[in-house]
Formats: sequence, structure tokens, C-alpha cells
Amino acid sequence: MSDRIEELLRTGGGDGVGEAVERFLAKAEDGQLLDVAYARAESPFGDLLVAATPRGLVRVGFLHTMDEDAVLDELATRISPRVLRSPARLDDVRRQLDEYFDGRRRRFELRTDRALIHGFARKVLAQTARIPYGSFLTYGEVAAEAGNPRAHRAAGSALARNPIPIVIPCHRVLRSGGVIGNYGGGPEMKARLLALEGAKVAGTS
Amino acid sequence: MTLPPFQALLDDHAEAIHRFLVGLVGPAEAEDCFQETFLAALRSYTRLREGSNLRAWLFTVARSKAMDAHRRSRRAPVPVAEPPEPRRSGNGGHGVEPVDGDLWAAVAALPEKQRAAVVLRFTCDLSHREIGRVLDCSDDAARRSVHEGVKRLREVWA
Repeated sequence: MSDRIEELLRTGGGDGVGEAVERFLAKAEDGQLLDVAYARAESPFGDLLVAATPRGLVRVGFLHTMDEDAVLDELATRISPRVLRSPARLDDVRRQLDEYFDGRRRRFELRTDRALIHGFARKVLAQTARIPYGSFLTYGEVAAEAGNPRAHRAAGSALARNPIPIVIPCHRVLRSGGVIGNYGGGPEMKARLLALEGAKVAGTS
Repeated sequence: MTLPPFQALLDDHAEAIHRFLVGLVGPAEAEDCFQETFLAALRSYTRLREGSNLRAWLFTVARSKAMDAHRRSRRAPVPVAEPPEPRRSGNGGHGVEPVDGDLWAAVAALPEKQRAAVVLRFTCDLSHREIGRVLDCSDDAARRSVHEGVKRLREVWA
């Protein structure tokens, strides 16, 4: 008979947990307890993970080249462990990304939080953010604009670690001679983004 | 500090915490307790020490929210816990068989520590060691609370 009791105890509860979780997420948001909100966004290259702090967009991750858990762990470690899924907080980001991938948007109108960018990389990525749609610079040129013409390697590594690709358009920085060079989403993605923007790059059709 | 993203705690433990609360305070109160548990946990999360047992910690928070709710409801006119709906009913029937309802009423009538121990052991499938952590007692004391709780249920539920 005690087996029957144990069996019944095991089946208790569990209904309605999905709704309870949704309500909790809404309350966390209202109570400003959410340090990092994230959601998935779609792109022609695969899903993106987009994350924002109250100050703005802090991370765009390419899920076709990296693991979602790794991106979230990095945010938890480097910004705050109060990381929660909150698509509503990223609606605007996702809409603007959709428009960009559709060729209907040339500039992002988004606040960014550059908490993940330090040192010389700040200058490099600030200059990168100013490169207009459809044009490009070399690593050396970006290094020069960031104040150190000889630091093209440092510029390259700053761009490689850009936490907010697409929106900070590191795909618009190429090796000299129009060589595409590396990209977090893969060189093919970089070439296709430049083609989408109508950039006249040697070696791309 | 290497705390996982809070979302991971929610994904991994929301269901078990919800079941725990339904078992402790009934489905009507469980919803509020669930909100209070996770909001309190989120609030204090950044102050947590590394290496804490996060699951046991969440259950500890949930238990204290359930005790708060219980104190509140004792002031209310009819403090009868409603039985939770079984997830799988034996013959595919709807609603709660009266006999199951009696069992949950019997669970609700257990002393708080025994009730928590029984629900943690069977409804949430925690080990005696983890139950000890949640109830802040030894493994043996946790085992005794489970045993006494089940014994009491066997006496009243026939």
C-alpha cells in the first residue's frame, strides 16, 4: 500500500508551470532584475543570438559557428549571471536585422552597450562603426584611423573579437588588395554580406 | 565567480520547484509562491558564493516562501489545501479520483518538515542527502522525516 502512496506522490503537480515561468519572466523584466536579456533572431546564414543590457545591444552571436550555451556562459561571466530569455526586449533589434538582411535597411538605429570591448579595440570598433554601408577599409586603414597605423595586427584581432558583428560592421574591413580575410561567421558569410550591400570588392562577383 | 546564466536554472528546475510548491501549499497558492521564489532567487543570485548547490538552494528558497504563504493562509478563514491534479490519471479519467484527493489532503495535514521531506523525496525525486541540505538537517534526519511522513500517510490514508 505504501507503494501506491509513493506512486501517487510522484505524479503530483507539474501542471501550469509553463504559464508560471512566463509570468515570472514578465515580472523579472518589470522589476528591473534582468541584467542581460537575450533571444534568437533569424538570418539567411543561420540563427543569431542577440543579447541586450538596459544600456543597449551587447552581443550578436552566430549560432552556425558557435554554441548558444557558450555565448550565454560568456555573458554570465563577463557581464552578469542574471541572464534571461526575453524576446520582447529584443523585438526592435530583430526587426532591424530582418530589414538589413532584406536589403531594406542601410543603417542600424540601435543603442549599443560596449561593455565587452576594451582598450585599443574600443577605438578600432568605433572607427569600424563609421564605415558606410557598401564600402570598406583595410585592416591597416582602420588601425590608422584608430590612431596607430602600424597596429594592423591588433586591429585584426580586435575585429575578430567584435562582440556585436553586423551592427558594428566588421565585415567591412578587408585585407589589403580586397582579400576578404577572416570572419566570425565564416569568410563566405562576409563575402555575401558585402555583396548584399553592393560593395565593389575585387575577387567577389 | 562562475555562476551559470539564470535562464539555465529556470530551464532545469522550474518544473521540480513548481511540483514541490504544489505539494506543499496546493495549486492555488503554488503560483504566487513560484513567482516569489524565482524573484527572490534572481534578486540574490549575484551574491551567491561559487560552488553552491544551486538546486538545493532553489528548494530552500521555495520552502521558505511556502512557509510564508502558510502563515498568511492561517489567518484566512478556511485554510484547506486543495489537492493537486495528478498528471497521469490511472484510467484516463478526468479530474481527481476522490481517493487521490484524500491523499493530498493527508499530505497537507502533515507537520511541515515531514510534508516537505515527503514531497522532496517522491514528487521531486531528491536524494536524502539533498533533502538534508534543503531542510538544513543531516541525511539521517532527512531519511527519518521521509519515513515518518510516509508512515503517517499510511495510517490516515486507507
